[in-house]
Amino acid sequence: MSVADRGMGLGFKALNSLAGLELVDRLGLRKPAERLLYQASRNGARAAGTAGRTFSAAARLGRPARLSTAASSGVFSLLPDDEQRMLRDTFKEFGREQLRPVAQAADAACEAPEALVRQAAELGLTMLGVPEELGGAVTERSTVTAVLVAEALAHGDMGLATAILAPAGVSSALALWGDADQQSAYLPPFVGDDVPAAALAILEPRPLFDPFALQTTARRDGGGFVLSGVKALVPTAARAELFVVAAQLEGQGPALFVVESAVKGVFTEAEPAMGIRAAATARLVLEDVELPGLALLGDADPAVYAECVHRSRLAWCALAVGTAQAVLDHVIPYVNERRAFGEPISHRQAVAFAVSDIAIELEGMRLTTWRAASLADQGKPFAYEAAIARRLCVTKGVDIGSQGVQLLGGHGYVKEYPVERWFRDLRATGVMEGGLLV
Amino acid sequence: MINLEVPRKFRPLIAQAQQVAQGVLRPVSRKYDREEHTYPKELDFLAALIQGMSDGGGAGGAGAAAGREAKSNGSESNGAAPDGMRNGGNLASALSIMELCWGDVGLLLSMPGQGLGNSAIGAVADDAQLERFGGRWAAMAITEPEAGSDSAAIRTTAVLDGDEYVLNGEKIYVTAGERADLVVVWATLDRSQGRAAIKSFVVERSNPGMKLIRVEDKLGIRASDTAAFSLEDCRVSKADLLGDPAIAPKGGFAGVMRTFDNTRPLVAALAIGVARAALEHTRDVLAAAGVEVDPDAPAATQSAAAAELLDMQADYEAARLLTLQACWMADNRRPNSLQASMAKAKAGRMGTDVCLRCIALCGSAGYAETELLEKWARDAKILDIFEGTQQIQLLIIARLLLKKTSAELK
Repeated sequence: MSVADRGMGLGFKALNSLAGLELVDRLGLRKPAERLLYQASRNGARAAGTAGRTFSAAARLGRPARLSTAASSGVFSLLPDDEQRMLRDTFKEFGREQLRPVAQAADAACEAPEALVRQAAELGLTMLGVPEELGGAVTERSTVTAVLVAEALAHGDMGLATAILAPAGVSSALALWGDADQQSAYLPPFVGDDVPAAALAILEPRPLFDPFALQTTARRDGGGFVLSGVKALVPTAARAELFVVAAQLEGQGPALFVVESAVKGVFTEAEPAMGIRAAATARLVLEDVELPGLALLGDADPAVYAECVHRSRLAWCALAVGTAQAVLDHVIPYVNERRAFGEPISHRQAVAFAVSDIAIELEGMRLTTWRAASLADQGKPFAYEAAIARRLCVTKGVDIGSQGVQLLGGHGYVKEYPVERWFRDLRATGVMEGGLLV
Repeated sequence: MINLEVPRKFRPLIAQAQQVAQGVLRPVSRKYDREEHTYPKELDFLAALIQGMSDGGGAGGAGAAAGREAKSNGSESNGAAPDGMRNGGNLASALSIMELCWGDVGLLLSMPGQGLGNSAIGAVADDAQLERFGGRWAAMAITEPEAGSDSAAIRTTAVLDGDEYVLNGEKIYVTAGERADLVVVWATLDRSQGRAAIKSFVVERSNPGMKLIRVEDKLGIRASDTAAFSLEDCRVSKADLLGDPAIAPKGGFAGVMRTFDNTRPLVAALAIGVARAALEHTRDVLAAAGVEVDPDAPAATQSAAAAELLDMQADYEAARLLTLQACWMADNRRPNSLQASMAKAKAGRMGTDVCLRCIALCGSAGYAETELLEKWARDAKILDIFEGTQQIQLLIIARLLLKKTSAELK
């Protein structure tokens, strides 16, 4: 069954029945109780981890299901395949009609509308990295597809895209590195009707953070582990039911652990930031959290952890590309319509050349990101390519965010236009580690 | 299927080009930088080799003459992906140019038979002209003392007299102008009719009406001769006008300019070759000094030198992929004016920027003539100027994105 067929079966069709305004209305009708809860968490009060569902295996797998790598045709090509085009177009439309109209309100509220998150989950995002035999939607690794989807969603709004994509990061991590028991226990909800909020937590709150030098620790205790430490800017942490947490495993190195939010010692503290505010970023505090042996993902293999970091960085690259594209698409009509000295400001080279530079650097960001993703799909090393893409997306993405505001002048500085939000969102690219994964 | 790796089928071509760059070009690189205006005789047998590679099919030309190869290879069905995407002469040329310019840009520009004029002939010549001019080395003469980027402002005139056109004017900055067999000269049939009246004429270098005024002394690419000519009642057969002799009010000049869509990515490829030479050299020098880039560690936790190298590598890679994109589009007959100019703009500025920064990182060894780094920086600068300056590329990109005419966005 193709992604398209399966996707249609699982809710792509819901797109057509959704009117953009409906979601805005729902945001306005949010229950007062929810609003109160939200305010409480926003004011820095510590909340216990969400008492979510209990994850347990419905049926045990004999061996872990893995996605195969895609054989390269050996031909240089930038043409996405039919499925990729369909998904990209679908999520671009979703971004335009469902994300962009509510983006400013979500940014102000530091929260993604619940209905929107549910709607996005129904589109099957968490299934795109999961093999068909586990109920997912694909048979081959689909890093490029995930990049295209992230790009498309970020074109709508980067903060909301972050919130929406966070669970897919966890489901992809489980599909990539989980053993049979872990996949049996944790994956089913991600391919079901009620997808849990979940996020990958790597970043820690300190300057010059290096994901390969973690201060969150894991020590062995009997057959299990005890985790302690603090993770920063974890998307949707307050309502997440499951985390994949990076911690330094004593005597070994950085490793990934599956942590259920309901476990004792898991706390979250709201940590709103400059941008991607709709992702409801929060600190994840782990105080002597006791985990079963099942929690260790990928056998603490250094290669698994490195791949996780690279894939996460690529996800942020993809979001930067989508957001930078939004900037370009916004400034072009603006500079053509805005008049000064008797003509459109786009007739001035100083303005026109700034637009050209945005387009050039944006395309470079996109191509370097695609290259790393395509190598990942082919099962080839992509650490260097991911580093190159990240460097470019960090430096040029931030520039583009700033240029977007500059080209609109005073209009760019006020909340009437989205460019000030993109300025704030694009700065996340160099800061974020973890949170998402492609 | 999205795949940004170098096509498998071009690997032999690239390996061959790398051998040439390493074995033939690099060893004489400094020699011809010092001995400007000396003909690099090592290139004669290379030209034969490259012609052989090109005639062998599939591989495409190694020099600037690829526009023509692209036309023939683009229609071949061999090697296409299941979705119909193919890699043809434009991509092959760009990839081999990158390798050869890793060896030496100036020498590549002096490659016999691979002039810019060959691209123009390949793109617009009729069958009889192809027959007449095939296999001969053709330079391109556009620029004049009073007309550079504004090529529509040229003053060289062409007046029909019986079966011949009579050309009068002055042409400068003609790459390979001294050494080529032919020069494709741009001239206007009627200055009052602007762009539409501009035509190109194939002039034999031996034509007594075309006089070599001087060969320039330059900042870089000294292995390549840059000639200035005066045209004094230079008589050219009517049959040597390229394209349509009629003054078409619309489209004619645009057609001429479109040949740049094929050649600009190739000039971008020149810059990428030089930049790679500089980056690889600097990476090795820094590694010997104990500085290596860790792609996993944040830039801010590495040494400033390592972080700068990573920055430059990122810019280089962006330029390289933009160039491959523009060539891939040309090979697959997709309009690529925007991507061709983006590639040229990015690669042009990246090349100079990277070489100059590499000198600073390598210190005195980078600045001294003992190494080639200082030469590469001088060579690279021209690549942000000819075939459309940085500013002209930005203008083209902006006009396309903003949907502006040249009258609106000047």
